[in-house]
Amino acid sequence: MLEIKCPYCGPRDEEEFSCGGEAHIARPLSENSLSDKDFADYLFYRDNPKGVFLERWRHTAGCRRWFNIARDTLTHHILEIYPMGAKPASKAGRTAYSKNWRRNSQAEIAAQPASQKTDKTSSAKR
Amino acid sequence: MDAGRKTAKLVQIKNQSAARHDGKISKVNEKKMASTDIDRGVRGLRDRKKHYSIFSLARQAGEYHQGWQQAWRHAEPKPEYDAVIIGGGGHGLATAYYLASVHNMTNIAVIEKGWLGGGNTGRNTTIIRSNYLWDESAAIYEHAMKLWEGLAQDLNFNIMFSQRGVLTIAHSEHELKEMSRRVHAIRLNGIDSDILSPEEIKEFVPIMNMDSTIRYPVMGGFLQKRGGTARHDAVAWGYARAADDMGVDIIQNCEVTGLRRQGRKITGIETTKGLIKTRKVGCVVAGHSSVLAEMAGIRLPIASRPLQALVSEPIKPILDTVIMSNAVHMYISQSDKGEMVLGAGVDKYNSYAQRGSFPVPEHMLAAAVELFPVLSRLRMLRHWGGIVDTCPDASPILSRTDIEGLYFNCGWGTGGFKATPGSGHVFADLIANDRPNDIAAPYALNRFETGLLIDEHGAAGVAH
Repeated sequence: MLEIKCPYCGPRDEEEFSCGGEAHIARPLSENSLSDKDFADYLFYRDNPKGVFLERWRHTAGCRRWFNIARDTLTHHILEIYPMGAKPASKAGRTAYSKNWRRNSQAEIAAQPASQKTDKTSSAKR
Repeated sequence: MDAGRKTAKLVQIKNQSAARHDGKISKVNEKKMASTDIDRGVRGLRDRKKHYSIFSLARQAGEYHQGWQQAWRHAEPKPEYDAVIIGGGGHGLATAYYLASVHNMTNIAVIEKGWLGGGNTGRNTTIIRSNYLWDESAAIYEHAMKLWEGLAQDLNFNIMFSQRGVLTIAHSEHELKEMSRRVHAIRLNGIDSDILSPEEIKEFVPIMNMDSTIRYPVMGGFLQKRGGTARHDAVAWGYARAADDMGVDIIQNCEVTGLRRQGRKITGIETTKGLIKTRKVGCVVAGHSSVLAEMAGIRLPIASRPLQALVSEPIKPILDTVIMSNAVHMYISQSDKGEMVLGAGVDKYNSYAQRGSFPVPEHMLAAAVELFPVLSRLRMLRHWGGIVDTCPDASPILSRTDIEGLYFNCGWGTGGFKATPGSGHVFADLIANDRPNDIAAPYALNRFETGLLIDEHGAAGVAH
């Protein structure tokens, strides 16, 4: 049984939460410009690491708010809990975020608003 | 219920059901259900000295059992093979066996990082059925079912295949309607499926609680008589022994650490026992598929989740069939040792730990005890977990990849054991011929660009 420290309510049993799977999946804003193959990256393909995994969780039986967890999928150890919309602060969390293939996917690039859009080479450096 | 009365009862249910559903459809189904022209490969072992029979048992008994042969060699890796199968579970060993037996590829190896059959093959609840809704699913699971029938003879190994029936319970009006649609779809695919009324269920399963006021009352069910169980370990051992008999090297305690490529072609695998050159690599590692895929720079839509199961202390026979329930999400059978074997759904988070959280079995047992009150005083004897690779459409991946010579067989999620012979048979064909046959074709990786099989997720029989 995981004990999860909800950022708003405090430590609670895993049973009070729902798991939303991989975190930091941004929805493409202009999906019609994407090929089916690239849209499949957003809709179906998921990161599935043996190690540090960034997930989104929701405190369904409590405050019902979403937040993010960096958790090791081999030991179940929770490394970091950070707010929805933020990026991980821990070293392991930041590595997991930047090394994820999704950062370089067309779907993620299509999720950036037009004013902030950068070309593919500079987004790879994020 | 003893075997004779059980058979008579099954025949009676079948006849009543046929009368209800129009006898003509029954006859068509029976004809379709006959095993047609599946190439099963070589039947029995080539090395007759290793062959098991009542005569070999008698002969060995006369020699104080000193002469039994090792079931498979503990092979050391050769520098090169024609093909390498990564993953020594049921599916991987079956693939290697059919590569050798059907496609005459004997210069091959199975590489297993742990011990043979120690992954999901040794952790499932042994249920076998082919009553799926979608045509594509019916094709592969029924292909497996036809191979299950006769597999013990093919492998010359007692896999304890028991066609004791699989009964899925409906607990609401909605489930009754959905079940009816399912049964018709299954029968139109030439697969056996019969609807049972609550009265027929009570006769078939005396220990079931038929009270209409419980939280999930039993309102009906559908039965696949040809479904049942097999001993999971024996399936792995049987395939291993038969594959070894044909010269396949089975290499345990050997972990793959990298995949060697030249451009977009596979040239070999890096392992903890050194480099092994090969032109064809079949990855059959279930929960670790994403780990291997990453070595090749390939992405998969898989999430690895814990799947738990448990057994009770052994007791005298009280259940001689397999019961599944979607609403309460529980499936139960009784092993030949007398243990009640129970399982449920996956835990909600990703994991490679081969363990899950307690609330899952707790909820499952609450439902099991309501449905079978006799279970309430049993003690849990053993509880464990595996790593299941679940797909967004609850369907497997049997596919070539962008890399020539690299093939993946994964994504079976919570329903891999029942498909073991069919998965191996079809994957061997894919590897040997470098193109999928009709059964494997729908399961290519590129189906996620169209969502072809998404609706199977709601229809797979048990919620994932």
